[in-house]
Amino acid sequence: MDVKKFVIKQISVFSENRPGRLAAIAHALGEENVNILAFSIAEANGFGVVRALVDQPEKAYKKLSSIGFNVAFTDVIAVHMQDRPGGLYEIAKMLGDANINIEYSYAYSGKEGAVLILRVDQVVDAIEKISKSGATLIESSVFH
Amino acid sequence: MFWDKKIETLKRDELKSLQLKRLKKTVRQTLNVDFYRQHLSNARIRVEDIRTLDDIEKIPFTKKQDLRDGYPFGFLAVPLNNVVRIHTTSGTTGKPTVVGYTRKDLDTWADLIARNMTMVGITEDDVFQNMVNYGMFTGGLGFHYGAEKIGMTVIPSATGNTKRQIEMIADFGVTTIHCTPSYAMHLSEVAEEMHASLDSLRTGIFGAEPWSETMRHSLEERLGVTAFDSYGLSELFGPGVAFECPERNGLHIWHDAYLIEIINPQTGEQLSDGERGELVVTPLMKEAMPLLRYRTGDITMKMEDGCICTRGQKIARITGRSDDMLVIRGINVFPSQIEHVLLKIPEVGNQFMVYVDRVNHLDEMIVDVEINRDNFSGELADLARIQKKVVKELRDALELRTTVKLVEPGSLPRFEGKAKRVIDRRGDTI
Ligand SMILES: [Zn+2]
Repeated sequence: MDVKKFVIKQISVFSENRPGRLAAIAHALGEENVNILAFSIAEANGFGVVRALVDQPEKAYKKLSSIGFNVAFTDVIAVHMQDRPGGLYEIAKMLGDANINIEYSYAYSGKEGAVLILRVDQVVDAIEKISKSGATLIESSVFH
Repeated sequence: MFWDKKIETLKRDELKSLQLKRLKKTVRQTLNVDFYRQHLSNARIRVEDIRTLDDIEKIPFTKKQDLRDGYPFGFLAVPLNNVVRIHTTSGTTGKPTVVGYTRKDLDTWADLIARNMTMVGITEDDVFQNMVNYGMFTGGLGFHYGAEKIGMTVIPSATGNTKRQIEMIADFGVTTIHCTPSYAMHLSEVAEEMHASLDSLRTGIFGAEPWSETMRHSLEERLGVTAFDSYGLSELFGPGVAFECPERNGLHIWHDAYLIEIINPQTGEQLSDGERGELVVTPLMKEAMPLLRYRTGDITMKMEDGCICTRGQKIARITGRSDDMLVIRGINVFPSQIEHVLLKIPEVGNQFMVYVDRVNHLDEMIVDVEINRDNFSGELADLARIQKKVVKELRDALELRTTVKLVEPGSLPRFEGKAKRVIDRRGDTI
């Protein structure tokens, strides 16, 4: 199995917790015609990381860096989730049974249906375990 | 090597009695100055009241502003026809400060410079290029006379025309240079562009502005010198007051010529060895312009006694100005200490801002620091780890808990010239 095709490039943007930062990121990406498919914000004391899945990660990286943001790429994987009650439980149980260590996750519902984005410490290992478990991984080409 | 071994290594007791003798003489000399006659009488002190060195504490301080107010000749203790030279120091605001020298003053001063240079192994065999201002600034002529006294070959190149400076170093086989650390850096860059050799250089004397250990390493590497820190102040003759010995761990200050105290700049109280505070100096050998308890504004501390070179007690390298000092929960904090901590942490930048608030009657210090653009992994956990690290390093250095805020790279103000990195908001709320 070509595991690489399941590795998705998330952009992670360092951001202070102050008004207007998220708007500034979103506006800049809009200007470049970069489509934001999903995002989440993780906060700590006074600062946070904005995580986003976008259709054109390289373009987003370039644009945000050029206006001063500190941006990094992070490898994540996406798992298809049944869009019905208990859908999240099934996935969560599978990940737990497969002993996959999740650093963080966030979900969104798009035209591909409900999707769970996962940041795991061992990407390749997790991809193999998840596909063996019968769950559906979504290829990166779906996003970008 | 010693220029004057006996005086440089004087035993504590002998030194103290010499200091006391010279202190009494100095106090008497100041009575020729209107300001000091008034100053001492206001404090109800007569010359006879100075019986021990500790009695100096009875004398009020002399401040830079006092000297400015005395412009031009208000602090001269000798008739002008005994003054053989005048230097001035330019203040950032207002009138300059005038300093005068008798013939004996110039001789004493040159002698102190000769001690410094001999201490680091410079001899009459050395060729010395003195790349500082020769005008009203004391750095040029001060070193010039000291170097001549040793018998060195002196090149009074002064400042400017860096290419010519570099050619002279090569053509004259210069072994020793004196300049500001920033000019030395510039010199090394120009030399590199010119593909010029600076092979003859062995010793670099740098002073007149603060410079870090990091700067020392890069100057030594780029110029092929051993770099020494030189401290002085025009009010105390000029350069030559204190100087690093070959150990390069603190500066020897010449105790027979300068009686020093370290004080808490807020309260004026004397501090013990190892406690950082403002350097206060009573020069003991000045004729034309004696001073009592002059507040230098420079922050340092007395180091532990006992240097390998057997000379007297050292002071630490200057870490800032007393005007910049903050008192947080009773602890003295200097912005320069914060800067030193940040320099050691590659994950964050060197720019910072400090905010001080009073919350429930307690001082709170917030330090804003930029994360380093190249060090962002994208993970929140790594950022939290960096934040913790900065808090810990600051706590170790300042003995104070601070709140550290990580901010976006490039978002903090950049300063040209004097930086205003501290915003004290404690006065804003009652
Ligand atoms: Zn020493």
